[in-house]
Amino acid sequence: MISLPNNFETYPEARKAGFLRMKALKDQGQRVVGVFCSFVPTELIYAAGAIPIGLCAFTEEPIPAAEAHLPRNLCPLIKASYGFALTDTCPYFYFSDFIIGETTCDGKRKMFELLDEIKHTYVMQLPPSRIGSHALESWKGEMVRLKEELERFYNITITDEDIRKAIRAKNRERDVMLRFMELGKLNPAALSGYEIGTRLDSAAFSFDLEARCQEVEARTAEVLKDWEQTKKGTTSRRPRLLVTGCPNTGVRDKIIKAVEEMGADVVCFDACNGLRDKLRKVDENKPVLDALAEKYLDITCSVMSPNPQRLTDMGDMIDQYAVDGVIEIILQACHTYNIEAYEVKRYVTEQKGKAYLGIETDYSQADKGQIATRLGAFLEMLG
Amino acid sequence: MDYIGIDIGSTAAKVLVRGTHAQQFVLPTGWSSRETARQIAQRLQNSGVRLENGQSCTVATGYGRENVDFADKKVTEITCHAQGSARDCGGTCTVIDIGGQDTKVIRVEQGTVSDFLMNDKCAAGTGKFVEIMANRLCVELEELFSLAEQGKPLPISALCTVFAESEVISYIGEGKPRADIAAGVVDSVAAKVATLCSRQALLPQIVLTGGLCHSDYFAARLAHKVGRPVQPLENGQFAGAYGAALLAEKMAASNKS
Repeated sequence: MISLPNNFETYPEARKAGFLRMKALKDQGQRVVGVFCSFVPTELIYAAGAIPIGLCAFTEEPIPAAEAHLPRNLCPLIKASYGFALTDTCPYFYFSDFIIGETTCDGKRKMFELLDEIKHTYVMQLPPSRIGSHALESWKGEMVRLKEELERFYNITITDEDIRKAIRAKNRERDVMLRFMELGKLNPAALSGYEIGTRLDSAAFSFDLEARCQEVEARTAEVLKDWEQTKKGTTSRRPRLLVTGCPNTGVRDKIIKAVEEMGADVVCFDACNGLRDKLRKVDENKPVLDALAEKYLDITCSVMSPNPQRLTDMGDMIDQYAVDGVIEIILQACHTYNIEAYEVKRYVTEQKGKAYLGIETDYSQADKGQIATRLGAFLEMLG
Repeated sequence: MDYIGIDIGSTAAKVLVRGTHAQQFVLPTGWSSRETARQIAQRLQNSGVRLENGQSCTVATGYGRENVDFADKKVTEITCHAQGSARDCGGTCTVIDIGGQDTKVIRVEQGTVSDFLMNDKCAAGTGKFVEIMANRLCVELEELFSLAEQGKPLPISALCTVFAESEVISYIGEGKPRADIAAGVVDSVAAKVATLCSRQALLPQIVLTGGLCHSDYFAARLAHKVGRPVQPLENGQFAGAYGAALLAEKMAASNKS
């Protein structure tokens, strides 16, 4: 695996380091809103003077507690997130004034009903499809409702100018993260996929948006400089991989780190903790709520049906990042990704002529050996 | 010069040597694959094989491959089974390998793996399942198949080995004929493997490798469930070890040049 910088923080370390920073902010009266899933327009939360914090959870520990209420055969991300809330062991849940979720998958939206009994959980009604003008209209209505909920909850007024300011700040963040991820286009690879993914996830614990951007920009410049001095013009025989599918934070060590240690480079992520919502920005010239509705309905998560844009985007990524093979990560019982995997495999192998490996897993370590064999065989197959 | 392929599976360790001291043998993996690897080294040396550099080349595969410290290279069983099977099939075939804990469907085209599927972390549809059921019926593996041949399969519908075992226990309790239960067990494995096969585009030639391929009856039941001819590979239990030995030979040749 391409070596990590000396001051590298793992995701659990970064998450932990954020606890005290968040406590300090809360002590100063900072508003904090817990968020589930990438369809929540965080611009509105910033416009309300609040900090959004993602509550999707990526560890095994809280799962047994969650299984007291939730079925075992459910996505580990949903179980872990609910388990943290139930056992009151996630400081970010604890510090959240209230929770905003959206009706992405069936598992999450039914879990929100139970979560609401622990802490007020406001749920946006996401249409299941982009088809028909009513989809966008109803989603725009949800933007209005969310804005009103934030105004009601905090007893404030959110102006268009507040929202526009937040849109500009978030668009800048998307640009910065996109440029960082585009380091993956460099050949030979400039940094490990393990680092790319970790930094993207960990950036969320840097609560000042501008400071977050500057940290990532600094690393981007540093990597680029190092690549030009030491790697440019050299060639590497390590296969270049794209990782797609469900959020991979909880299985990063077991899959991404493992495959890189075996001799591949993960150069690109089509995931909600990857390129997915960074490719297209919010239109800064349109009326603010229209612009937000359009942008957020456009996210290529598999809960959308049909979802052809995901394949189109993935095709571009395969070309632009010079990808040799695709690994799809499915979290156990994630039906939408699991079904869409059939289309993804067909597209990747038949349309793009690339190798594809699908892995269905959860947060446990039980299948570590089996996964290592699959990854090893996949790399042997790529030659 | 000897080219050694060692395939340490979860149940059995298979060794195949090509070259001066050509031979093959199998031993139970036991509780420690490190200890098994040591025994293999001993046995090879006793037969005159020299494990020193330049005298032989060893490729290890199977889940215990990491414990073969004298191996020159470690390769996954998927690649080795593909290598060991494809040679007899003109380089292109689908390989169904039923191992002790994993079942794999491997698509091999022009001698290289182009796609593969493995069962989930579950013993149903693997050799482990047959082993557990044979124990339950108090018969050896071989007997289970010959018994099954005479029986009329009883349905075993549970997808989990543990639950399937309870189904078998209730059949025993009901006094059903042992042959019918045995036939049900064999069909259940064949059905699960066939489901895995249906998730991949099968090539015209399908071969069976691994610990169950000595049973023509099993191959016939599998062919029936898959709906296509399935040919048990001759010496198919050694396909992984054979593939590893071929890779060792290739490796030695490229090191020399």
